[in-house]
Amino acid sequence: MIETIQFTLNGKPVKVDVDSDRMLLWVLRTNFQLTGTKYGCGESFCGACTVLVNNEAVRSCGTAVKDIKNKKVVTIEGLEENGKLHPIQKAFMENDGLQCGYCTPGMIMNAYSLLNKNFKPTTEQIVEGMNDNLCRCGAHKRIVKAIHTAAKEMQGGN
Amino acid sequence: MREDDYLEIDFKDTPTDFSIERRDFLKVAGAGIFILFTWGDPKVFAKERLGQDLPKDFNAFLKIGEDGRVSCYTGKIEMGQGVITSLAQMLADELDVSLESVDMVMGDTDLCPWDMGTFGSMTTRFFGPPLRAAGAEGRQVLKELAAKQLKVPIEDLVTNNGVVFVKNNKIKKVTYAQLTKGKKIEKHVSEKVPVKKPSEFKIIGKSVRHHDGYEKVTGKAKYAGDIQLPGMLYARILRPPAHAAKLISVDLSEVKKIKDVQVIQEGDFIAVLHQYPDVADNALSKIKTNYDKPDTGIDDKNIFDHLLKAAPKGEVEAEGGDLKKGESESEIIFDSTYLDGYKAHSPIEPHTAVVNIEGKKVTIWASTQTPFPAKDAIAKLLEIPSDNVHVISPFVGGGFGGKSRNLQIEQAACLAKLTGKPIQVAWTREDEFFDDSFRPAAIVKIRSGIDRNGDITFWDYGVYFAGSRGAQQFYNIPNHITTSFNSARGSESNPHPFATGPWRAPGNNTNTFARESQIDIMAAKAGVDPVEFRLKHLNDKKIQRVLKTAAEKFGWRPAKAPSGRGFGVAVGIDAGTWVAAIAEVEVNKNTGDVKVKRVVCAQDMGLCVNPEGATIQMEGCITMGLGYTLKEDIHFKNGEIFDLNFDTYEIPRFSWLPKIETHIIDNQNEPAQGGGEPAIVVMGAVVGNAIYDAIGARLYQLPMIPDRVKAAMMK
Repeated sequence: MIETIQFTLNGKPVKVDVDSDRMLLWVLRTNFQLTGTKYGCGESFCGACTVLVNNEAVRSCGTAVKDIKNKKVVTIEGLEENGKLHPIQKAFMENDGLQCGYCTPGMIMNAYSLLNKNFKPTTEQIVEGMNDNLCRCGAHKRIVKAIHTAAKEMQGGN
Repeated sequence: MREDDYLEIDFKDTPTDFSIERRDFLKVAGAGIFILFTWGDPKVFAKERLGQDLPKDFNAFLKIGEDGRVSCYTGKIEMGQGVITSLAQMLADELDVSLESVDMVMGDTDLCPWDMGTFGSMTTRFFGPPLRAAGAEGRQVLKELAAKQLKVPIEDLVTNNGVVFVKNNKIKKVTYAQLTKGKKIEKHVSEKVPVKKPSEFKIIGKSVRHHDGYEKVTGKAKYAGDIQLPGMLYARILRPPAHAAKLISVDLSEVKKIKDVQVIQEGDFIAVLHQYPDVADNALSKIKTNYDKPDTGIDDKNIFDHLLKAAPKGEVEAEGGDLKKGESESEIIFDSTYLDGYKAHSPIEPHTAVVNIEGKKVTIWASTQTPFPAKDAIAKLLEIPSDNVHVISPFVGGGFGGKSRNLQIEQAACLAKLTGKPIQVAWTREDEFFDDSFRPAAIVKIRSGIDRNGDITFWDYGVYFAGSRGAQQFYNIPNHITTSFNSARGSESNPHPFATGPWRAPGNNTNTFARESQIDIMAAKAGVDPVEFRLKHLNDKKIQRVLKTAAEKFGWRPAKAPSGRGFGVAVGIDAGTWVAAIAEVEVNKNTGDVKVKRVVCAQDMGLCVNPEGATIQMEGCITMGLGYTLKEDIHFKNGEIFDLNFDTYEIPRFSWLPKIETHIIDNQNEPAQGGGEPAIVVMGAVVGNAIYDAIGARLYQLPMIPDRVKAAMMK
């Protein structure tokens, strides 16, 4: 059913006339041209499509747009502020927590949600919190390190 | 490249012709100093040049622009392996400019000269040396220009960071940008200008972070699927239920009722198109089909018998001594058969392509490791001159060999031609698993022996379908033969039930698993520590040093296996790089679960251009290698693939992560070798040997899933 869906996208109020059963991933990519959020598996197994909805990491490939009405959606494009990288983005760069880069936006968004709930995670907590985000290149070790670095820099703030 | 050629791609290059006029792309590139160079075998190259109108005398070039920026144009692509950074380092160092002033222009078929593709860990090994020579040549040209301008002998000039100075009078200077202004100089590499000695390196050998990190952490990095053109339609393609299934009937009436959906049918090829990919996807599910499925009975369990029956005549790869003599001198003889199933590449970015046909010009953005072969294939498919096809390589979301095959581009090109619209074909995860070219299932049979002193007496090695890469043994064994029974090269028959192709260090994974397991079996039977047993049988100083380094860093204390400690060792060579790994595992005897706790890996890759990049590749190899070792296996029957997503095809995840320690041997005076693949080849054996050391059970088949571990314990 075509509906007008209103929500906040990367800090700005937006509305879109769209079949409300469509998944957020495709609406972000095609209606808003926000292509930083990636398709990886379409079944919420890999986490490449992870975005924040009201500060919680969700799989946008499995979230219908009707379920984000009036909510706050943040994508990878919304993290950088006034040309300044978010500490998590910076930490991923500084620690080389990426290779091909395709899973990276989903990893960063999931890490954001993780650090939002736990300011000072242990390695075990990072591993547990990131475990359902897949990376094929094998950047895991450095992603864990990057999240530790970001946690230190953020010290509980965003 | 023929479908089965990947098995042999290793250390040889095959340069081919170019299709672009030199003038054309030197024009595209603007004014400046151009250094043209060749990589690959110059003799083969010269032969290719005969009787052709087009320039055949270079296949890469660099440009020092009027703004002082340096661009290197190469058909190689970046897919996460980091060559965009390491190539820039080599060039910057030889040319004496800052790393920041170098731009790598990669995989664009209109701007870059022909290249066969990016695979086989060849970029640094084979492209690196001529690139460095070109950089050195460029610096010489700049010094010649400066000598004229400053009116001093060239011997009196030195360079630093994009500036030519007069020695002893550093006020007298001129920048590269000033020297280049308004000029158009074209020069071939003369090979007379020496490259730098390791002691002169400023940038080579220094750790540098990924060049492209900013784009990748901000979502700005564009992959093929991120290209959106006005009027573009997304296509979803009907996938048969099984390989070799025949479409009997199809009912498109429901799908055709859906608003704005376009349906294309060309025989068995059926596609649904819409401006949104998800709408096309839903529409596709409304198609009703009836297929005649094959009934071969071949599945992932009996595939090995099937392959052995289909195996062609063997080819001897290496031999020496007298096997019979070796056997007669043996105290104990070991007969083993090792099995390895099909593996998927499963990059997180599935195969994707955008094709736009405008008049005679075809523009393609694709996730591919082979942009130039793709260009030629599409030209042939559309029956147009190759010059009319332009392939652009955006960021590639992982390849691992799988993106050497460009089926998705062909699909998009067909649909673009039939609809007259720009088309994006982005495979779903299910498409990706179904149409992947798997690492082939393979068998290795080894018969070997030891005498009463614990010395290896003979080695009879036969590899079926894994290819010859890594098949030759390197131990000091007096009587030996290595025979490969590979996919019937050049023949019509292909025994695999689906496509197979190169997969990060192809068959070397299977070969190293088999060889290093067999060595371990012999060491255990001889009652000798497995590190000591290997050192005793290794003559090569390099591999000895690599193995000793790994053992020392691990804190290895000699013991005969099984020691109960869960420590395993394996060595290997791939792409010119020697690797040794030692792992510690924990085996749950009740469940059969294996947890790899620690991996120490040492490698000698000759000159290491970017230690940070090389370390990342080693870590990636170790992590990815755990997948084929412990879990990854394609399940199938009658051409139907049962693993179509990450729920059943499990790839390594954070909770699998062992403590990884990597050590790169300092060997700057030797040529640079491959780095993206070597460390993965030892993973099967190092884990298998550690499992044996832990519980005394030997695993002869990859992956080492809990059921196989439990079965091995019963033996």
